[in-house]
Amino acid sequence: MTDKVIEVKNLSKAFGERTAVDGLSFDTRRGEILGLLGANGAGKTTSMHMLLGLTTPTSGLIQIFGKAMPAHRVEILQKMNFASAYQFLPYNLRVWENLYIFAEIYGVKNKRKKIDELLGIFELSHLSNHTTGRLSSGEQTRLNLCKALLNDPELLLLDEPTASLDPDIADKVRKALAQLHKETGMTIINTSHNMIDVHELCSRILFMQHGKIIAEGSADEILQKYGSETLEEVFITIARNPVSQKV
Amino acid sequence: MNLRVIKALILKYILIWSRTSFRIMDIFFWPVIDLLVWGFVTVYMLKVGNVVPSLITFLIAAIIFWNILYRSQQVVCVSFLDDVWSRNLLNIFASPIRTSEYVTATYIVGLIQSVIVMCLLGVLAYFLYSFNFLILGIGAALLFVNLLLMGWALGLFTTGFILRWGPPAEGLAWALPFLVQPISAVFYPVSVLPAWLQPVAWCVPSTYVFEGLRQYLAQGHLDITYVQMAFLLNVAYMVVCGLVFHFFFEEARKLGYLAKFGS
Repeated sequence: MTDKVIEVKNLSKAFGERTAVDGLSFDTRRGEILGLLGANGAGKTTSMHMLLGLTTPTSGLIQIFGKAMPAHRVEILQKMNFASAYQFLPYNLRVWENLYIFAEIYGVKNKRKKIDELLGIFELSHLSNHTTGRLSSGEQTRLNLCKALLNDPELLLLDEPTASLDPDIADKVRKALAQLHKETGMTIINTSHNMIDVHELCSRILFMQHGKIIAEGSADEILQKYGSETLEEVFITIARNPVSQKV
Repeated sequence: MNLRVIKALILKYILIWSRTSFRIMDIFFWPVIDLLVWGFVTVYMLKVGNVVPSLITFLIAAIIFWNILYRSQQVVCVSFLDDVWSRNLLNIFASPIRTSEYVTATYIVGLIQSVIVMCLLGVLAYFLYSFNFLILGIGAALLFVNLLLMGWALGLFTTGFILRWGPPAEGLAWALPFLVQPISAVFYPVSVLPAWLQPVAWCVPSTYVFEGLRQYLAQGHLDITYVQMAFLLNVAYMVVCGLVFHFFFEEARKLGYLAKFGS
């Protein structure tokens, strides 16, 4: 059995004249946490939407769990999940109702136990009966993470998972994700502008610019290549000095 | 299709509708206001003369049936819009939900709401205007099914447009039924329409339903030809609207609108 969870080959997406993703190729191995970095408009979110089957690629191939996306969309999505700081659950439903509905969609066994466990991990147990719309943005972000972990995904896509969280909660969320990753061995793709997230969580980083990968490696390898002290410095260097060759 | 997924989506929509005052008004307030206004207008017309008594019966029955079409159409597209407005659309379409399961769930919620509205208006019509909806018997069920099918088809068509054209097309969710209402013979027979418009009217399934209803109330029996014609047209409408929805859904995926609309 292949160790690759995702295989992306020559993936491109053009919206009219604008090319959002340009010949992207990468793969992720089981248990890896891959950071997808890049300035706004670098093509990270479009790539993620193509991985989720929300956007059809212009060209190229995506294979997840050895199956083609979007041809096997439902089968693939059953084993993966997604959380974004910019998506919300219906505001007039209670926290547990929202989670129950998604647990039902994913066919989670022992829903109540799973929901309680996740609410506990993300310190939301006391809000279980609250209306979702009354949660703070940080609480909603953590609720999204609960939703994303309901089905014990083998592959988890995170779009800025700690955006809108204060440093204390962001740290707790990172630690919780790291712990869950350690326990379950799930593969994670994480797009973030928070360099602490990336440095602490990701075993490998892809830097994207203009839809292409321009740097790849572990955080330490990238720091070494760019002669920088922090990933933030690398980020700024890349954003301000467009690079055409992959480093 | 996975029944578990459909059940989960139905539960979601029922909870959303039951917790939103505007949605509750859609079921319990506006249809009742429709019935009251039209009912009292016809009572007044009876009093001032020159109106046959059967007109009041027909107008009340028409209001009840019109609400079935309107409800079933609206639920399909407003359920979709609820996911857009609550920024939950990506969560839905990034889950293992087939489009067919999503659409089926909205159809069933539409059916539930249409039945509630029909029962509510039927009871009110009985007490306020002495109109017994049950005299229509099995014929009412046949007409109901045809209006439900047309509402579903129009709902799917509208949702496709909204997906493809985004927020500027949202108004269609409320406007489309009223675009077909003037040619559906809801409150007057097709013969009242200008000659050039009558063939257009006969291409709309609801026209057969309301003409059939009118004849049923006047003569006491339902001409099954009206039901058959409405059903055949509904099958065609369902196929065409399904294809339109599928085409726009794929376009929305290609153009990135599905992701953009949900963000």
